[in-house]
Amino acid sequence: MTDVTVHPPEEAGAFDDEPIAPLSTAPDQAAGEGPPGPRRSPVVALRRGWRQLTSMRTALILLFLLALAAVPGSLIPQRGLNAAKVRQFFTAHPTLAPILDRLSLFDVFAAPWFAAIYLLLFVSLIGCLTPRVRLHIRALRAKPPAAPRRLSRLSSHADFTTDLDPAAAVSAARGVLARRRFRVDVREEAAGAHSVAAEKGYLRETGNLLFHISLVVLLVGIALGGLFGYKGDVLVKEGDGFANIRSSYDDFTPARLFGDRELAPFSFSLKSFHASYQPNGEARTFDADVRYRTSPGGPQRSYDIRVNHPLAIAGVKIYLLGHGYAPHVVVRDPKGHVAFDAAVPFLPRDATFLSDGVIKVPDAQPRQIGFAGFFAPTAAIDPASGMVSAFPGARRPALVLTAYHGNLGLDNGVPQSVFSLDLAKLTQYTDGSGQPLSKLLTPGSTWTLPDGTSITFTGLEQYGTFQVTHDPGKRVALIAAALIVLGLILSLRVRRRRLWVRARPAEGADGGRRTVVEVGGLARTDADSFAEEFDGLVEKMRAATGTAQPNQE
Amino acid sequence: MHLASISNDLFGVTVVVYSLAMLAYAAEFAFVRRPAPLVAGVPAQAAVPARVLVGAGGSDVEEPPAPVVEASSRTPHPWAERIGGIAVGLTVCGWLVHLAEVVTRGVAAGRVPWGNMYEFSSAVALMAVGAFLVLLTRQPVRWLGVFVLLPVVLYLGLAGTVLYVGAGPLVPALNSYWIKIHVVAAITATGTFMVGGVTTVLHLVRRRHDNQVAAGRRPQWAGLAARMPSAQSLDRTTYRLIAFAFPVWTFAVIAGAIWAESAWGRYWGWDPKETWSFITWVLYAAYLHSRSTVAWRKAAPMVALLAFVGMLVNYYVINTVVAGLHSYAF
Repeated sequence: MTDVTVHPPEEAGAFDDEPIAPLSTAPDQAAGEGPPGPRRSPVVALRRGWRQLTSMRTALILLFLLALAAVPGSLIPQRGLNAAKVRQFFTAHPTLAPILDRLSLFDVFAAPWFAAIYLLLFVSLIGCLTPRVRLHIRALRAKPPAAPRRLSRLSSHADFTTDLDPAAAVSAARGVLARRRFRVDVREEAAGAHSVAAEKGYLRETGNLLFHISLVVLLVGIALGGLFGYKGDVLVKEGDGFANIRSSYDDFTPARLFGDRELAPFSFSLKSFHASYQPNGEARTFDADVRYRTSPGGPQRSYDIRVNHPLAIAGVKIYLLGHGYAPHVVVRDPKGHVAFDAAVPFLPRDATFLSDGVIKVPDAQPRQIGFAGFFAPTAAIDPASGMVSAFPGARRPALVLTAYHGNLGLDNGVPQSVFSLDLAKLTQYTDGSGQPLSKLLTPGSTWTLPDGTSITFTGLEQYGTFQVTHDPGKRVALIAAALIVLGLILSLRVRRRRLWVRARPAEGADGGRRTVVEVGGLARTDADSFAEEFDGLVEKMRAATGTAQPNQE
Repeated sequence: MHLASISNDLFGVTVVVYSLAMLAYAAEFAFVRRPAPLVAGVPAQAAVPARVLVGAGGSDVEEPPAPVVEASSRTPHPWAERIGGIAVGLTVCGWLVHLAEVVTRGVAAGRVPWGNMYEFSSAVALMAVGAFLVLLTRQPVRWLGVFVLLPVVLYLGLAGTVLYVGAGPLVPALNSYWIKIHVVAAITATGTFMVGGVTTVLHLVRRRHDNQVAAGRRPQWAGLAARMPSAQSLDRTTYRLIAFAFPVWTFAVIAGAIWAESAWGRYWGWDPKETWSFITWVLYAAYLHSRSTVAWRKAAPMVALLAFVGMLVNYYVINTVVAGLHSYAF
């Protein structure tokens, strides 16, 4: 396949300051050697298609498509970012949403059309790179091209005379160039002339190729993570622990090829959680003080997980994602037996940590009991909306509950959220006039329901939500990213330039000197700074050949 | 704190000094410089056709030497130097006051001075004017002053009025040494792209003018366009700025990904900010590719303009309209 793809390397994306050669990508050029029309053989059609795909034009179009395709991903809610927003969108636009969904617009970055664009782009890239790498390796081994016949036609040009003979003059010039790490090649020419060809800046193309190859490696790194990693979320209350098995997670997303056996056998427990706030309620610090073991029999260590400070265990990282309050309540049945004694996590609704939650008491007698309500860490009364929270810190905690009795629906086999009640078979407690009962509880206070059941708000605990991630492609991606930057800097900053020096015997009495030295140079990029470098080099050569005569240009 | 109000005062002084500098540049540009005379129907500085070299591999085209940016055909008025010098002096003074503003703000807040949109805007503007001043030491681009300072003053005005917040500590997610690395790179790239955006627009104006002259039509905005340097040198300046800023931007995005990995548990998650950084990156990459391709070269400035629009969308629209993980600050 590769012999088909040889086209001028310049069209494949060198970041050159100036365009190099006319493009061979226009349709019907060179590629359509066969007779036109349906009689063309499939091989020719394939070659032609391959040429089209690996052309710069296609690459550019695919780049624009890639940029365009990413736009809806930032405007339409995405499942991977915020599934709740997608559900809201479905409710708000019942006709539009399914159409968008069919077009994968809620999962843009996992959509087949998005994948098609970047995969085509990468195929095009690899198709471009393969011949370019070969050409570049050849160029690295090759000698600089011989001097053009008339150096005076080059934009940078100078000449001077010397008493050295041509061979010695060229040898001196060669020394000047070689010391500046030019690649040099001395040739003997007709009529007693000698010349040296010099070239420098091969790193430009090396960097360019490194950059593009690293992009492919980056994609491999991303794919590794997407195929063999996993991600899980877990809520841990103060004093509780977590062991890394799949059932411990509240939410677990394995990659396509991930097997449960690969879960590292670590465990940790949350000793305490601490949050501090600025007076205006903005968060200042979060600290989750954890104890962990890397294996069941291993030593216990402690670590302070903070935002920007995850815990790394055996290729897995544990992040602090969020936190919240878990009011501790004790429920007693009418006979005074304890039916429930635990801290119950409430989910924060906003930045003030006004939180929602439910308490399920399946062991209550004679009927199951459930409570629903909300919690405010710093309770305040708002005339419009009732109880609100004035501050995220726990200054005046208060719990507002309403109560239900009946069947919680836990035994019917359908998994149930711990943050909501299934009201189907529950009846709300009401007062004599049929109004639902509710009660504001502060720490230490108790609410006794009409049937004698009581609930006591005994204290307040906190919890942290943690994300556990394993991404085996991360290191590959990081190395690729570093090489991408290195390659870019080389390909955009290194200048490629050629220089030729020719010394020939002087014709007649040329100032009494024996040899005329001509220097010519050209830079493919950044001509301005090359002109300076060129003048400097000519100066050095003149010194090296023992000539102080001014430039005759 | 006193220092915070000193910083606010310095901000005001910066805007005033930049505005004065802008007026001086405008005066030099408008009253003193004479438009280049036009040969009938031919733009003053037609592009020199590239010469193909025999024996140099057959694929090397010699880059024509850069034309002198300030066309020599424009007779310098004795006042030109003086007003231009005053403009540059004011810019340097304004830049130093600006630097003091950013530093005092950082000291007042007890942290890096780019923790919210107001501070970020100010730092980007500092970088843009800095990029212009550096460019000034290398190329005679004083004429560019008015076009750089106008958006800078507008940018600062927007920052000082709409985006202003008092000095305060950082939210925990920003509390990382990566804020120094990631954000400094982003500021550098954004500031340079901003100057590149200005030269792109000027290039398009000049090119349009040249095309109209070449077609024998009466050029629009002739007074403005004819005073500018050649389209070719504008194109070259744009390329230099973008070729400098692009690797920095790449680094900023990568540093952001590394930071995201330690803050949010994944290095890339297509958060709106990440998405638009990606879009901007792809568009600037497309600019560099299109500029090195003969068939696409004419379109390159439009691509650069599109990329710059992506940059602006990323900063203003994504930060203020679309909610994402970056919405607390940048």
